[in-house]
Amino acid sequence: MNHSSRETDMKSGIDPTMIKKDFPILKKKMNGKPLIYLDSAATSQKPKEVIDAITEYYENYNANIHRGIYKIAETATEKYIESKRKLARFIGAGKFEEIIYVRNTTEAINLVALTWGMSNIKKGDRILISEMEHHSNIVPWQMLAKRKGAVLDYIKMDNNMEGLSEQSLREQIEKGPKMLAITHVSNVLGSINDVKRITKLAKKEGTTVLIDGAQSAPHMPVDVRAIGCDFFALSGHKMLGPTGIGALYGKTELLESMEPLFGGGDMIKSVAFDSYTPNDLPWKFEAGTSNIEGGIALGTAVDYLERIGMENIRGHEKELTAYALERLAKINGLKVFGYGRADIEKRGGVVSFSLDKIHPHDVSAVFDSFGIAIRAGHHCAMPLVRGIFKVGALSRMSFYLYNDKSDIDSAIDAIGSVKKVFKVK
Amino acid sequence: MPLDIYAEEIISQYEHPHNKGKLTKYDVEFHDENPICGDDITIYVKIEKEKIAQVSFEGQGCAISQAGASMLTDFVKGMSISDAKKIDYEKVKEILGLDPGPARMHCAVLSAKALAGALESYMKAHK
Repeated sequence: MNHSSRETDMKSGIDPTMIKKDFPILKKKMNGKPLIYLDSAATSQKPKEVIDAITEYYENYNANIHRGIYKIAETATEKYIESKRKLARFIGAGKFEEIIYVRNTTEAINLVALTWGMSNIKKGDRILISEMEHHSNIVPWQMLAKRKGAVLDYIKMDNNMEGLSEQSLREQIEKGPKMLAITHVSNVLGSINDVKRITKLAKKEGTTVLIDGAQSAPHMPVDVRAIGCDFFALSGHKMLGPTGIGALYGKTELLESMEPLFGGGDMIKSVAFDSYTPNDLPWKFEAGTSNIEGGIALGTAVDYLERIGMENIRGHEKELTAYALERLAKINGLKVFGYGRADIEKRGGVVSFSLDKIHPHDVSAVFDSFGIAIRAGHHCAMPLVRGIFKVGALSRMSFYLYNDKSDIDSAIDAIGSVKKVFKVK
Repeated sequence: MPLDIYAEEIISQYEHPHNKGKLTKYDVEFHDENPICGDDITIYVKIEKEKIAQVSFEGQGCAISQAGASMLTDFVKGMSISDAKKIDYEKVKEILGLDPGPARMHCAVLSAKALAGALESYMKAHK
């Protein structure tokens, strides 16, 4: 890292050199080169303390939660609930009862579509999403619309293909959809939607609002009550936690009005031969033995993020993104999608690009040979990438708290190598 | 993954693919795609006396899939339908002259899969 980039790295209050040390995988090599991980929008790496939390649970207090009248079962139950308290505080929810643990964002959205949606969406009702959604926030609504004979509408992208069209947003909300499900941050463009303002607009029409927070909760301060949304979905594995654990936040009154999704153990208060009484929140939605170690380790991940500070993380990623955009702009034949440097406030740490005459898969393969992990493809947003951008695939770099400017420098060098291999100037 | 897969021949055929474009006269066409990387291909085949008289392809994709289609279409010209249908991943590696590895296997076999699909549908129609 050169002198100037170190100075700027320090500005954000984050020292990635120190942070990198907390992540065992970042000491490893890939193809004989030190691993440079630029694919955190797909999944984040895990600090040692999160990995240790999983082992600690299994080595010291592995027991099923709830009802165990012995010490280690009590410890496991306490730690599991404690992790919900941490997550509730982390996203600004009122209480842990509003945090339902699920596998991931996808499951959280499906849960809402299959419970709230099945009871509240009727034939001819409108469901509103946007053109920049991840498949996880498209397909569950397509399925629901098909089941119910509802109409699925899309808020259009603006003409620059950077953010959502304000006109389309207003027109669609004025139609009074029953549900608005929208992403907080696009996983392809990094574009940040002003979900607080959008929710306010939707609320005037009496619309129920779900925010897909998969790409926001890991990277910036989130306050669900300030946003005013009814539901908020997130994935643990994108925010330093393990895979297989995610959360759905829902307002208490809504969660209470909803039918449980799965039936089984834990989700009931009592069962008779001909009936059951569902359990209190949040357990009503968590049938069967939970991902206990996942929940506990997610709590540890939240501790880690809060220690660093979400404002600091956002600031750091803004600096990295601005730096990447500046350097990428100088490369011949390279096109970056989404907001430019002037609009950095509207952009998260995700940079998708295309390189003239070279397929993203080949770009990614050459990066791989230098130990650099980036993603190539449609990024689970085929309607956006194929339908709007009219390209088959894109290359994507995404940043997190453990990245620094030298990682971006390495990526820029790798682009030079890609061009060399393909004899492109 | 080492850079070996981007051998001279692969890059050269990627830049200047053989047999690219739609045949003016063909007996069967077949479209296939690879959802993982977004590659797609359409194969056109002209059959004469149970043999591949002409073959071409259209599509877009990475260097491995495009160079692979170029080399495969060269390779199968004049081949009998039954022999061409037998082309498997091992044969594709031979035609490419390299092993693209597990992550790129689907790119390498896309054209062979499309060709097999074309020949299959030709045979169904001409039973």
